Amino acid sequence: MRYLPLTQPDRAAMLAAIGASSIDDLFVDVPEAIRLDGPIAGLPGHASELAVERHMTALARKNMSAGDGPFFLGCGAYRHHVPASVDHIIQRGEFLTAYTPYQPEIAQGTLQMLFEFQTQVARLLGTDVANASMYDGSTACWEAIGMARRITRRGKAILSGGLHPHYVSVARTMAKYTGDALDVAVPALTAETDLEALIAKIDGDTSCVVVQYPDILGRIADLRPLADACHAQKALLIAVVTEPVALGAIKSPGEMDADIVVGEGQSIGVGLQFGGPYVGLFGCKDKYVRQMPGRLTGETVDADGRRGFVLTLSTREQHIRREKATSNICTNSGLCALAFSIHMTLLGEAGLRALAAANHAGAVAAAERLAKVPGVRLVNETFFNEFTLDLGREARPIVRALADKGILAGVSLGRLYPDEAGLANGLVIAVTETTTAEDVETLAQALEEVLA
Amino acid sequence: MSAINQSGWRPTAPQQGGNAAPTFTGNKALMLEEPLIFEIGDNHTTGVEVAPPVTATSRLGGLARTAAIDLPGLSEPETVRHYTRLSRQNYAIDLGLFPLGSCTMKHNPRLNEKMARLPGFADLHPLQPIDTVQGALEVIQQLAHWLVTLTGMHSVAMSPKAGAHGELCGILAIKAALEKRGEGHRKVILVPESAHGTNPATAAFAGFAVEDIPATADGRVDTAALKARLGPDIAGVMITNPNTCGLFERDLRTISEAVHAAGGYVYCDGANFNAIVGRVRPGDLGVDAMHINLHKTFSTPHGGGGPGSGPVVFSERLTPFAPLPFVEKRGDHFALVEEETAQDHHADSFGRMTAFHGQMGMFTRALTYILSHGADGLRQVAEDAVLNANYVLRSLSDVLDAPFAASGPCMHEAIFSDKGFAEGFSTIDVAKALIDEGFHPMTMYFPLVVHGAMLVEPTETESKATLDQFIGALRSVAERALAGDETLRTAPHFAPRSRLDETLAARKPVLVWKAPETTAEAAE
Repeated sequence: MRYLPLTQPDRAAMLAAIGASSIDDLFVDVPEAIRLDGPIAGLPGHASELAVERHMTALARKNMSAGDGPFFLGCGAYRHHVPASVDHIIQRGEFLTAYTPYQPEIAQGTLQMLFEFQTQVARLLGTDVANASMYDGSTACWEAIGMARRITRRGKAILSGGLHPHYVSVARTMAKYTGDALDVAVPALTAETDLEALIAKIDGDTSCVVVQYPDILGRIADLRPLADACHAQKALLIAVVTEPVALGAIKSPGEMDADIVVGEGQSIGVGLQFGGPYVGLFGCKDKYVRQMPGRLTGETVDADGRRGFVLTLSTREQHIRREKATSNICTNSGLCALAFSIHMTLLGEAGLRALAAANHAGAVAAAERLAKVPGVRLVNETFFNEFTLDLGREARPIVRALADKGILAGVSLGRLYPDEAGLANGLVIAVTETTTAEDVETLAQALEEVLA
Repeated sequence: MSAINQSGWRPTAPQQGGNAAPTFTGNKALMLEEPLIFEIGDNHTTGVEVAPPVTATSRLGGLARTAAIDLPGLSEPETVRHYTRLSRQNYAIDLGLFPLGSCTMKHNPRLNEKMARLPGFADLHPLQPIDTVQGALEVIQQLAHWLVTLTGMHSVAMSPKAGAHGELCGILAIKAALEKRGEGHRKVILVPESAHGTNPATAAFAGFAVEDIPATADGRVDTAALKARLGPDIAGVMITNPNTCGLFERDLRTISEAVHAAGGYVYCDGANFNAIVGRVRPGDLGVDAMHINLHKTFSTPHGGGGPGSGPVVFSERLTPFAPLPFVEKRGDHFALVEEETAQDHHADSFGRMTAFHGQMGMFTRALTYILSHGADGLRQVAEDAVLNANYVLRSLSDVLDAPFAASGPCMHEAIFSDKGFAEGFSTIDVAKALIDEGFHPMTMYFPLVVHGAMLVEPTETESKATLDQFIGALRSVAERALAGDETLRTAPHFAPRSRLDETLAARKPVLVWKAPETTAEAAE
């Protein structure tokens, strides 16, 4: 086996040094009745690199990848161009094959990177602080709701209908066990968000309001009135950003006084990867930092007075607090955070703003073109790089028909909300810098054909 | 007469003695100091080129971002250099032995990386029509088949994002099963005192009360104490096997039978599955749920602290409660069972734990690794991992106290205590001195049941020569700790940083970079 360096003479010498006559002597504590006496039947044996590569490549070929044709999917995962140097750097063994930086003297590379990441994320989200990342946006969103419960000591969370339905689903699962009451809604195919309805629901039992920005249909609303309404009742505003590139064009939730801002960082540096691994972003106001879940990196000095970085405030965490921890989370998404941070460093403010402008302009042009397709209505008045079309008939079969033509046409709301007949005609279209004008034209013409 | 020098060649010759002057840069040859991006970048520099936007009206609803975001950029060469320099301040498996106990830091084969980057896997959107992602679903299904077969269990939930997320998955399934039986009043989860901290944190999160089970002097769960505590309020137990003392829980089967008889469930923390893969199937031990860290046993990279992946295998009785979504094979077609379809035939599922379908990038890597090893190779993995750990244990037990040396062979990890160290010396001094020797230290002060614990997990991907060098280094450092060598207290001496002030970091947290105050502001 190519990954096992011990030779037979090594094994014999080591067994002799231990005083064991065979390897079986080392497994004596396994009850005899359940010891396996050979490789498990029905499973294949080892294989060469070439053979494995053939097998995996054949599987990969069975998929239609995003680059195979015009592509318009979003709804929580976006296709952006990732510079080649990002993937090169994250494959350096010193990053790829390191562990959680428990020994800071020999992990300054990871720790400094995480400190830089935290600062970049806080500035992007408009929060005072940010942590070293979470599993993904959906789990970060749930952790934020739990954090609001701890801070306000109230158990009622109001979730906007514009929040990604998978995020709602995750919160529902967890709330069953923590006892939080969730007020949930589904979106309507209208230009207006449910901001006013949310404001009307806030009362003295509300721990938080959770709102997505831009929302699942791509709509953008000013969060300031909602933040004010939350604060008037001493509830927290949690803003969820699933497309961080948007924050290169629109105000950050922190600027509009959101207390906790979470997000999915996948758009920057990480890639689609069929849904994971991704990277959860988590920022909040300074005063709540000790209730924050997840790892934090902090600045300090070493014995010689030199600046250095360490994991800090770990008294919140499970390995110290055990059953009293703020969360059971033990890992972050370190390598994806690195990819995010490298890509953000390559972009810088100038690059991010240019990227966001290109995304928005492309989406506006696409929305105008697609709205001209007979029978199609543009739902949004506001959007960044993603908008919703009302096709006037069920969108799901249309998406399948377009896939047969080699076009990945967007996310049908029927896929996300199978039980909501009122949403079945909705199709969410995302346009990024990877989308060309020709792609849009191809989609528009194919849509005309299929709808005719 | 020096014909040789006409070419300009100046041969160097070694010079004896001489002290180094401090360098102008603070660098020391290959040891390079690197500032923060905020100190070297600015808001105008960028390392990417974006095509200028076509002219279009704004649809941003008056929310255009006007104030500076303050995100410094660097050109591509500066970016590559910044991160390359940072990388060189990290220790990593690629550099040497990384024997962190219970973390299974094994070699990460590069074929895994290459396969995960095939566009047919890496460039897939999670919400594409199911017909366009059949190969991806087949990967999930093939990996699921391996995991179920290797563990002798009934089913597997693939979506949990990491080990602790997997624990939560298992515990929520237990909770759902109890509620379905109308026994939601069972509120107590028993956890051995040697457990990972995530175990009690997970159980508490799910609303259970956590009670400790003591360990016996030989480092295993006190079976008699556990059995005595069983009763109508017990929801289940969480047991790590092999346990965090590096020992196989011989009585687990008996314990499982007793817990089942008392109406509870058995959760097994599978963090240490590497020691037994292909030698024992947890299903044969009566386990109801167990998470598998793909980033440990199946070699997906740890990446400086994630991403992980923590699929959970289930017994038949917990299978109906497994989370959504999951992949199902129907004839030649692979279907994704989500909220919609689950209503028909998976109505007892406790729900969704994450957006989308789990850590696909880790699945492709883990399947690649599994296919490379095959059933025979995986069995050899466990054997070599256990052999390496026992070799370390027996090679050092004359100089370091090995509290469970008499408890039988260890499994994948060897444990030592700080007993006998000179007054004022502790495990941390040994760990930091190992850094100077060019090794990553072992896990320190865990498990809590051993005083000054040093938990060494060499894994199967270390050669005998590497182990011999490590054993020599740890022996030398241990002897210094026993003798009270004062230089240990200030180790490491040769790392990029000396010991860092963690107390200061926690007392006055600086979590984001702020520009130093200008003289004018400071004077106000």
